[in-house]
Amino acid sequence: MADKTMTADEAVSRLESGMTLGIGGWGSRRKPMALVRALLRSGITDLTVVSYGGPDVGMLAAAGRIRKLVAAFATLDSIPLEPHFRAARERGAFELMEIDEAMFMWGLHAAANRLPFIPVRAGVGSDVMRVNPGLRTVRSPYEDGETLVAVPALRMDAALVHLNRADRLGNGQYLGPDPYFDDLFCEAADSAYVSCERIVDTAELTKEAAPQTLLVGRHTVTGVVEAPNGAHFTSCVPDYARDEAFQRHYASTPWPEFAERFLDGDEQDYQRAVQAWHKEREENPEREGKVGP
Amino acid sequence: MSGATRADYCVIACAEAWRGAGEILASPMGLIPSVGARLARLTFAPELLLTDGEAMLVGPDGTPEGWLPYRRHLTLVTGGRRHVMMGASQIDRHGNQNISCIGDWARPSRQLLGVRGAPVNTLNNPVSYWIPRHSRRVFVEKVDMVCGVGYDRAAEHPGTARFHRIPRVVSDLGVFDFATPDRSMRLASLHPGVTIERVKEATGFELTVPEEVPHTREPTPEELRLIREVLDPGGAREREVPAPVAVQRTGS
Repeated sequence: MADKTMTADEAVSRLESGMTLGIGGWGSRRKPMALVRALLRSGITDLTVVSYGGPDVGMLAAAGRIRKLVAAFATLDSIPLEPHFRAARERGAFELMEIDEAMFMWGLHAAANRLPFIPVRAGVGSDVMRVNPGLRTVRSPYEDGETLVAVPALRMDAALVHLNRADRLGNGQYLGPDPYFDDLFCEAADSAYVSCERIVDTAELTKEAAPQTLLVGRHTVTGVVEAPNGAHFTSCVPDYARDEAFQRHYASTPWPEFAERFLDGDEQDYQRAVQAWHKEREENPEREGKVGP
Repeated sequence: MSGATRADYCVIACAEAWRGAGEILASPMGLIPSVGARLARLTFAPELLLTDGEAMLVGPDGTPEGWLPYRRHLTLVTGGRRHVMMGASQIDRHGNQNISCIGDWARPSRQLLGVRGAPVNTLNNPVSYWIPRHSRRVFVEKVDMVCGVGYDRAAEHPGTARFHRIPRVVSDLGVFDFATPDRSMRLASLHPGVTIERVKEATGFELTVPEEVPHTREPTPEELRLIREVLDPGGAREREVPAPVAVQRTGS
C-alpha cells in the first residue's frame, strides 16, 4: 500500500499559484501552520483561500498571497480581531466572499457530496445576500414552498489540515474535543495534505483511542506530513494548548519584523526561533507588559 | 439597599433572558451574559444547557454532560433549541445587528469580526444582544452591514423568517425589547440610577418610551451571593461595566 509520507515542502511543491485552497481548523485552533509556513516559503500566490479563518488567513494575507478569501470570520479567539486580516481588508487587498458559518459548513457538505448546492435557512434578510450578488435562492418544491438560500458547493483544489496522529497511509486521527471540519475539507478537495504531530503504526491509532477519533480516511488523503508542534501557535489539544504569549507577540509585531525573525528559514528554524523568543522572555519578564495588546 | 452594582443589574437583566426557556442551550457571548446564563442555570432555569466555550456541554460546576463540537452546535442552532446572546458593534431600531465591518463593505474603514453565525442565528433561534457600552456609535439609525436580521427585514420574508425572534437587548443602561406595533425598539426597563434622558442621549435613533418605565428588578440576596462568591468572585463584571461615577456620588 502506498506510503504517502512526505515533507511539508514536498506537499507544497504539488500546489500551484491560482489554486483554491481549503485550510482546516477553526480560528486559532488546530491550524496546519507548518504547512502554511511551507506555503509562505514557496512562491505560491494568487490563492483562493477557504477557511474558518485564523492566523492562517492573517499570515497569507500579510504576505500578499490571497487573491480571494471565502470566510465567515478571521479571529485569533483570545484576540478577537486578526490584525493582518483586518489590515488587508482595510487596504482592499483581496476579494472576499463573506458568508455565514453555517452556510460555509453546508458549502463544504455540498462539495463533499458532489452536489451543486445545499438549501439552507441562513442569509435571507441579511447583507450576505447584498455582498454576494451571485448567491441564489431556491424555492422548496414541497407544500411549504419556503424560500431558502442555495449555498454553492465550496469545491477546492487542495485541502491542508493538521491532526494529532496519522498513519503513513493517510488515516488521520484527532484526539481533542472538536473535529472542526477537517474531514469535510479533505472530502471537498481534489487533493488533501494532512500534517500531524506524530506518525504512528495503523494498529496504534485505536490501541487506546475510540474508533470515532479516526476523522480523516486515507481515501481522501494525498500526502501525510509529520510536523511536531505543527499547529503552533494555535492550539492542538491534548498535545498542546495555544501559545498565548507568542500569539500576542504575533499580533503586536509589525509583519516584516515578525516574518524576518521567525519565517525566514525552514520549519526547524521557526521552532528554534520560537524557543529562543520564549527564553528571552523568561530572562526579561518585564518586557511582557509592552508586548500584549 | 441591596448593594447591587450596575454590573449586577446587567447580570440579572441577562439572566432573565433565559427565564422559562426550558431544556435549551444558553449561548452567552461576553462576560456578563455568561455570568447571567450560569446564574439562571443555578436558580430559576435549572434545565438550561451550558457549554464550556469549547466542545463540551457542562453543568454549572464544569462536569461534562454532552458533546457539542461546532458541527453539532450549528445543527442545534438550526434546530432552534438555543437562545444566544450576541454582541453588536452596531444595532438599529429594528434590531438589525452588525459585527462585520464599519464603513463601505467593499473597503471598510474598520474591519471587525465578519458576519460569523449572525445570519443563521437570527433566522433560526432566538437571539438577544448584550451591549456593555450604550452609545450613539452602537445604537445607530442604520447599520453598515446587516449580519443579524432585524424585524423589518424579517417581515419581508415571512416564510423563511418564521423562527425569527429578538427577545431582548440588554445594555449597561437598561433593557430593550420590540413589543411595539411596528416591532421597533422600546425601552423595557431602566437599570436603577439611569434616567430616560440618559438613554435617549446615548441612542442614535427614535426610541419608543412607554409612559411607565419600570426599573430592572433587584437581585435577590441569594443571587447576589452567587454572583459575588461563586460565579464572578474576581469581580471581572465590574471591569466590563464599571460603576457610574454619578451613582457613586449620590449613593443611590
